[in-house]
Amino acid sequence: MDYVPHSSEDREAMLRAIGVAGTEDLFHDIPADVRHPTLNLPPGMAEPEVIRHLNALGRQNQNVQDMPSFLGAGCYNHFIPSIVSALILRGEFLTSYTPYQPELSQGTLQAMYEFQSLVCLLTDMDVANASMYDEATATAEAVLTACSITRRSKVIVPDTFHPTTLEVLETYAEGRELTLVRVPAFTLADDGTFHDCWEAVSAAIDADTACVAVQVPNFFGWVHECQQIADVVHANGAMLVVSADPVALGILTPPGAYGADIVTGEGHSLALPPAFGGPRLGLYATQKRFMRQMPGRVSGMTKDLDGKRGFVMTLQAREQHIRREKATSNICTNEALAALAFTINVSWLGPAGMRKKAELCLSKSHYAAAQIDALPGFTVTSPGPYIKEFVVHCPAAVRSVNEHLLEQGVLGGYDLGRVRAELNHHMLVCVTELTTRQDIDRLVAALKALG
Amino acid sequence: MENTEPLIFERSSPGRHGYSLPESDVPAVAGGDTIPAHWQRDSLPLPEASELDVVRHFTRLSQRNYSIEHGFYPLGSCTMKYNPKVNDATAGLPGFSFIHPDQPESTIQGALALMHNLSQALMKITGYANCSLQPAAGAHGELCGVLMIRAHHVKQGNPRRKMIIPDSAHGTNPATAAMCGYTAIEVPSNTQGTVDMDALAALLDEDVAGLMLTVPNTLGLFEQDIVEICRMAHEVGALVYCDGANMNALLGTVQPAALGLDVLHLNLHKTFTTPHGGGGPGAGAICVNETLEPYLPVPLVSEDDGVYAWDYDRPDSIGRIHSFYGNFLNQVRAYTYICTLGLEGIKRAGEYAVLNANYLKERLRDAYALRYDRTCMHEVVFAGLKEKAEGVRTLDVAKRMIDYGFHPSTVYFPLIVPEALMIEPTETENKDTLDTFIAALLAIAEEAQSEPDKLKDAPVSAPVRRLDETTAARRPNLRWQPPE
Repeated sequence: MDYVPHSSEDREAMLRAIGVAGTEDLFHDIPADVRHPTLNLPPGMAEPEVIRHLNALGRQNQNVQDMPSFLGAGCYNHFIPSIVSALILRGEFLTSYTPYQPELSQGTLQAMYEFQSLVCLLTDMDVANASMYDEATATAEAVLTACSITRRSKVIVPDTFHPTTLEVLETYAEGRELTLVRVPAFTLADDGTFHDCWEAVSAAIDADTACVAVQVPNFFGWVHECQQIADVVHANGAMLVVSADPVALGILTPPGAYGADIVTGEGHSLALPPAFGGPRLGLYATQKRFMRQMPGRVSGMTKDLDGKRGFVMTLQAREQHIRREKATSNICTNEALAALAFTINVSWLGPAGMRKKAELCLSKSHYAAAQIDALPGFTVTSPGPYIKEFVVHCPAAVRSVNEHLLEQGVLGGYDLGRVRAELNHHMLVCVTELTTRQDIDRLVAALKALG
Repeated sequence: MENTEPLIFERSSPGRHGYSLPESDVPAVAGGDTIPAHWQRDSLPLPEASELDVVRHFTRLSQRNYSIEHGFYPLGSCTMKYNPKVNDATAGLPGFSFIHPDQPESTIQGALALMHNLSQALMKITGYANCSLQPAAGAHGELCGVLMIRAHHVKQGNPRRKMIIPDSAHGTNPATAAMCGYTAIEVPSNTQGTVDMDALAALLDEDVAGLMLTVPNTLGLFEQDIVEICRMAHEVGALVYCDGANMNALLGTVQPAALGLDVLHLNLHKTFTTPHGGGGPGAGAICVNETLEPYLPVPLVSEDDGVYAWDYDRPDSIGRIHSFYGNFLNQVRAYTYICTLGLEGIKRAGEYAVLNANYLKERLRDAYALRYDRTCMHEVVFAGLKEKAEGVRTLDVAKRMIDYGFHPSTVYFPLIVPEALMIEPTETENKDTLDTFIAALLAIAEEAQSEPDKLKDAPVSAPVRRLDETTAARRPNLRWQPPE
């Protein structure tokens, strides 16, 4: 089936009005020898058939609602209340375009303004944009922006940063003359334990450094101390980019408080389910003095002709449709609906809910870590405080541990051997407020058999 | 539409809350037990509201928006067609919404199969050798495509320096070229609204990495010389990028690969009906011929005897451009749409999109100025009113459309058409809707002469009147501030 509503009478009347015999006459600009190729697509389906087909594909996936999962590593299963999908699926939000015509887009524009406000409050920054594609692209753009502002090209990142973000950063930096310095921020002892050597990051900063990008908590889940780094960064005229998990910001000091110049983050965990890693929600906030170098769309409050409050997209002189090759970025479409979901959820949580969510993660991850650490052969080795993810050194390769767990109906944690071969006995375990004690006990029982 | 709604912060009251989270089923650990006190925040001034407060607030905000589900949304180059509800139903299935991107391949065979099937369908529609679904939006696809062109030239020993882009192009094209380290060189359009071939010939040399063309172009016109343009580019070793924002016009009629275009991005949120969501999430897909195939981002999905796996073994890849695999739920929606339409539906979509646009063009040509009087494709661009009226601009015409119950068309783009008014009806609008819209535009053209103030004062029926954008940009107020 299709969604073309024309009757044959409509079609004929329209062709007559145009003055052509058939629609073929409307395509005469296309070279005849390539017109109407054989497409080899299957016939269409009626709605019940489509649903049956998609249901069948969906059922070939094991989902994290049906089995305990300890996978995190940048994609998290946090609780999203029922109101979020009910509200974001309203056609008025779902099927509207980018709010270029503000008179008919006040709902989207006000939601964008509220989103920007929430991001600023969570991060303690002056301004935020209306979203980026994901944390990785937000961080990559933040780093490129820092290089433009400082007119320097050396970028320092600790190796505790999410490896995928670093890959995206490398891809984005391809067209620029940029030096990416990866600083080892931990060492691995012979017994498999991690030891923090965070001071190496500060030591790497010099007068050529454009920016230092750090992640809080880091990819391995622990929290670094950032005030001292910020001081060294600023003493060298460089910028500090902090990628922060907004869930952790329910407890942690916001990056603005220790002087971050740009804060990025992954907001999906407060907006949408894991969804196989997309849609995501890139957060981007900065200081007021860097506002006009910020990429992406921004909503601003203003007044209409009658003096009534309203909202418009503003600071558009930064953007591609005005500035073209001089734009701060090529981004236009962002993750607006995910930003709306974030805004709804954070409004619903409020300060007490944000705190409670983070503390539930904290309690449950520490319970899980204690239980696992007590098992013979397993050691929890996170050299700093953590909130929802910690590293476990396993007595066997994580690959085989996870195969065993899957046989027991448990999705094990992230195999750090995928990041670095010598970490193939290290598992990154993630526990959120949705993980129950029963889930954790099941994991521990299954691991016990391997000890 | 709803007339006013306070900020969520203004609906807040201390001590109220909406959240519902379980009590801890393990011994409670407070922040202070494990995290040094000075690493913990001392305040979090978020709104405090009940669940009903939150629901009402966002319901009322939604009612201050126009949408496809309200009515005709004739933005040019945006393809605001009906977004089928079944797509949202399938995207919401737990087997898609609740899977983790790092799960073992054996537990995600359905998701991998879907990505593989969607890629195959897009390749069949466009004629390309391979495709990646990783871009999260059209501009992201452009970035990916131009980085692949760059990788190709680097492999040949020289990245080259220039990217040729027509003066009618979307702003993303030059912005993308600049992000990839290229100098954007503008090629003018001729009197027919297509690329000036002499000017192009004069610009092409071996320092040109590529051309970025929109097909059909942003005037809604098909570049008749496209095959020759690609040949000329290839002759100097340059590659041709196709901005596929306007692919809806070509569905089923021509495969862009057959025209010689080396790489194409698709906007799944335009051509393949995934909703725009007030500005995103979109979904791009980047389709390439054999020349660029080695450079696609990792990972791709491979299939062997009905078993699907990630393919990271692509040594010449540009790398990753997204945390994971793109906006997967929109891939589910686009796949659902393509399954629904099938071969015949895909062909009809393109055919009727072009029929609707030409119908509007013919019915409006006496009142609005046609700069290029040719058959158009999926959209038509007018140079404002045919009979100019004192002090009335295209913006006024557009704002008056609101009072007639329509979303305005795109205005002042493409930049080469003065007072541009760009209308894309899409195939999902019926003749009655188009006739009502035509009647409104004809009435507005008359009002421009007889009662121009009705245009200049428009809109009067929207939740707000025209807004002060100048002050918004000069003295930006971009966030709520907690009271001191």
